[in-house]
Amino acid sequence: MSLITTLARLEAVESGRASPLATVRHRQLSEHPLVLVPLTTAGEAGAPLGALIGTDRQQPRLLTVAQPRDRELRFAFLAELADAVLPYLEAYGDDVELVERNATDAESGKRIKEEVELCADAPQLIVPGRAGIDFVRLLGRSMRFRRTVEQDPDAAYPAPPHVPLLGRWLTHYGERARVPGSSLLLAATDLLNRHWATGQSSLEDQHLGALLAWIDPAEGESGAQAALRAESYRDPRGQLVCPPAGPATDPAFDNRLLAPAVEAYDRVRQRWQAAQDGDEADSWMGELAIAEREIRRLLRTQMEPTWHSVWRAIDLARELPEGARVADRWTRDRWSFTAHRDRVRAGEPPQPRRDDAVTAARKLASRETAQAQLEAQEALDDPLVLAGRRLSGEAFIGEVTDVVMAWSESKRPAPRPLLTFHTDDRPHLGERTKVYRSLDGKPQSAEFVRYETDGVLVLRLTDRMGRAKDPAEGSVPEKGDRIAWTLFEHDQRGGPKLPDPEETPWTHGGPPGTDAESPDLITPEDLL
Amino acid sequence: MTVFDPAAEAAKATDAILSDTLHGTHRGIVVDSPPGAGKSTLVVSAARELAAVGRSLMVIAQTNAQVDDLVLRLAEKDPELPVGRLHSNDPDPYDKALNGLENVRKSSKASDLAGLDIVISTAAKWAHVQNVEPWPHAIVDEAYQMRSDALLAVAGLFERALFVGDPGQLDPFSIVGADQWAGLSYDPSASAVSTLLAHNPELPQHRLPVSWRLPASAAPLVSQAFYPYTPFRSGTGPEDRKLSFGVVGDGSAHDRVIDEAAWSGWGLLELPARHTPRTDPEAVRAVAQVVRRLLDRGGVATGTAGATPAPVTADRVAVGTAHRDQAAAVRAALAELGVTDVTVDTANRLQGREFDVTVVLHPLSGRPDATAFHLETGRLCVLTSRHRHACIVVCRAGVAELLDEHPSTEPVQLGVTVKFPDGWEANHAVLSHLAEHRVPLTR
Repeated sequence: MSLITTLARLEAVESGRASPLATVRHRQLSEHPLVLVPLTTAGEAGAPLGALIGTDRQQPRLLTVAQPRDRELRFAFLAELADAVLPYLEAYGDDVELVERNATDAESGKRIKEEVELCADAPQLIVPGRAGIDFVRLLGRSMRFRRTVEQDPDAAYPAPPHVPLLGRWLTHYGERARVPGSSLLLAATDLLNRHWATGQSSLEDQHLGALLAWIDPAEGESGAQAALRAESYRDPRGQLVCPPAGPATDPAFDNRLLAPAVEAYDRVRQRWQAAQDGDEADSWMGELAIAEREIRRLLRTQMEPTWHSVWRAIDLARELPEGARVADRWTRDRWSFTAHRDRVRAGEPPQPRRDDAVTAARKLASRETAQAQLEAQEALDDPLVLAGRRLSGEAFIGEVTDVVMAWSESKRPAPRPLLTFHTDDRPHLGERTKVYRSLDGKPQSAEFVRYETDGVLVLRLTDRMGRAKDPAEGSVPEKGDRIAWTLFEHDQRGGPKLPDPEETPWTHGGPPGTDAESPDLITPEDLL
Repeated sequence: MTVFDPAAEAAKATDAILSDTLHGTHRGIVVDSPPGAGKSTLVVSAARELAAVGRSLMVIAQTNAQVDDLVLRLAEKDPELPVGRLHSNDPDPYDKALNGLENVRKSSKASDLAGLDIVISTAAKWAHVQNVEPWPHAIVDEAYQMRSDALLAVAGLFERALFVGDPGQLDPFSIVGADQWAGLSYDPSASAVSTLLAHNPELPQHRLPVSWRLPASAAPLVSQAFYPYTPFRSGTGPEDRKLSFGVVGDGSAHDRVIDEAAWSGWGLLELPARHTPRTDPEAVRAVAQVVRRLLDRGGVATGTAGATPAPVTADRVAVGTAHRDQAAAVRAALAELGVTDVTVDTANRLQGREFDVTVVLHPLSGRPDATAFHLETGRLCVLTSRHRHACIVVCRAGVAELLDEHPSTEPVQLGVTVKFPDGWEANHAVLSHLAEHRVPLTR
């Protein structure tokens, strides 16, 4: 944790309210995000219990599974989920702009320009917490290898149409969420934690209710009190006033309310299945509907508070103006969405279970680039974030007190003006340390020359002054200019080109197999 | 019982490695080398032997400093050898000293260096070399500090390779989470050697058995604490290394810990227990004062029996820390005391370097928690194995208790080889040894 975050947390403890960590919003928020509050069944990995989902906060769609261990009901739930999610995703697929980009011609190997589609906007999914993101990933993993009747007429348990497709999309979103700065799939807790520091531990910050209590406590109440209430207050029946944001449910709810309701449902269903004639079956059918309604009601009580909390979190984040470079990162998200849309349309197989060596290395490299870029962009967008970097000696702000022209000692002398710079910050500068400032949105670099006196240093400007002997107009700061210099680079160089997967070298096990992956085998545990 | 002859043992190991390199049938050979065991010397001799039999060779090191160091060593051994230094396009991409070497050609393009016996560069630069005929042979230096994905980018450039490195030093790291690949044989964030061996378990593995750097006082501790299953010995005996001072100590804790370290090889300057920020001002000042006194008292070091004593000057002293801001704070404190030219750096950057005396700010000093970063075995190993004579550790009291209160909570990943010893164990081993050389600092 950086020093400024520690200070912000101490401040929050003292004041009883969360302290800001940012003055602008560093994540993209779509105008119409799709909020998903999922619940899972205790003790049954990957068995969904229910979900509230929708883009309209007044009218969430409630999906439930009355008996989560029943494969048929689970598939029915997933089919409904696909019905709720896929139209939303697909609506963004056709609104495109044409963008020119560099490519290599397959035949001649020459660099050419080509025009490609880029979706004008991308659908955004928001879940309550990190566990929600993991659950999205798990759902994607459990669905994408399923086969529908169309794909495999012999499948023992064919999946409803669209379920494998939903699995591929959720997998894509889950994977994209691992890219630093990406906003395709956000957790409400991450969104809030990026912008506010509370007076509780970072583990406690994963509780959406407690987190909101610190950021937005009721009048006259301290954040700590409100958070305590959100975490542990129970009503006379022993139920949490603020149910957990899921997907795991509260054991007291499971034991006292849900389990009896599911048992009642099971009993009625057995009677119904054992019914001797039509009339009897009809009457049990009515009972079954009542039992199911009760389960739906119970699950709604668990998910509704979280549903509103997520929207509250979105409201709070929306109050902050968007950072200048957020749109740039969102464009990358749009590319990611467009690329996956293209893969789906081209009929490519689902994402493999495990990345091959080359794909894993590519992903790691691109995420490291994204991380460094995110840190730099946030600091450039936000004086408060920059203050944190200044405090840790990675940036400094001050005033140009003098400019002396000088030139490099080469055959064609290039301008290398010396700036005298006054700052009260204490950057970690060593001999020839490179520093950067933003000039018209592009980085200009300089190198540290020496300290004149305490707080006065000399920098040599090294680039972006044009090709002529005299620097281009506006490219050299003037006396009196206030400038923020950073010791970190603003842009990231792309990593080296890796071999194609078919060219994986012997050190990494050679090329991976090319067989299409088959769905998971059915094991006895899969059957009720 | 036969007497252990370090020179003979080391020569035997080197011969076996060179023989495997020149005549073996395997595509790769792995050499584990403890701190200061002559790894660079081995790389230089292997490179010369391969060049001598006409096999052109690429050498992959991890940093530009390592590359330049290897070029200089090669040129020193064999000034006639045509060597290529492949470098980046940055300004000042290589050590100026290379300009004085007649047979070293420098270029940022691999094609300019084609046909030279040996071409040396960093892994990062090699990764950008495309469309060339693969080299018949490569040497990968510091292979345990190279990441698996970096090896993936360059492995197509060579047919066979000798991988040399120190398994006890810091593992490579990634600035983003890589848990999703943990347990895969080709986890891109793991070390190049672990991937190589996971896919090619039949490759011969060698080990250098003698540390020429570490004194007899340090080798047993470092070997036992960090290399419990692959022990090594010191190349020098207990009486060979001598450190003495022209000025007698003034009785202060700083001088007493210096004297303790001078005769025993180890010193622990212990500050009162306290939770502090990372750049603990008192500990930083204590480090700076120890360095100041060390230089003021005119240290003289004797490297081997019968050698001429040499003064311990500022460039023979280093300060090691865990974090960069700590290093910056120590530098500032040293500057205030008028000390310049002492190397102050983090464990990562001190890897592979050697000094007469090191002063270490203990990674866990003053901390309320023991995170995986601060517990990492490699970090402590690097910090406590850079010295030829003595190592002085500055630390707050209470680290042993901290270790006991913070058992490791890292998740267990399936398929990942558990590293022994773990940081907890290694830290305890070092601390209990240091406790015998403790000098409390009271105000």
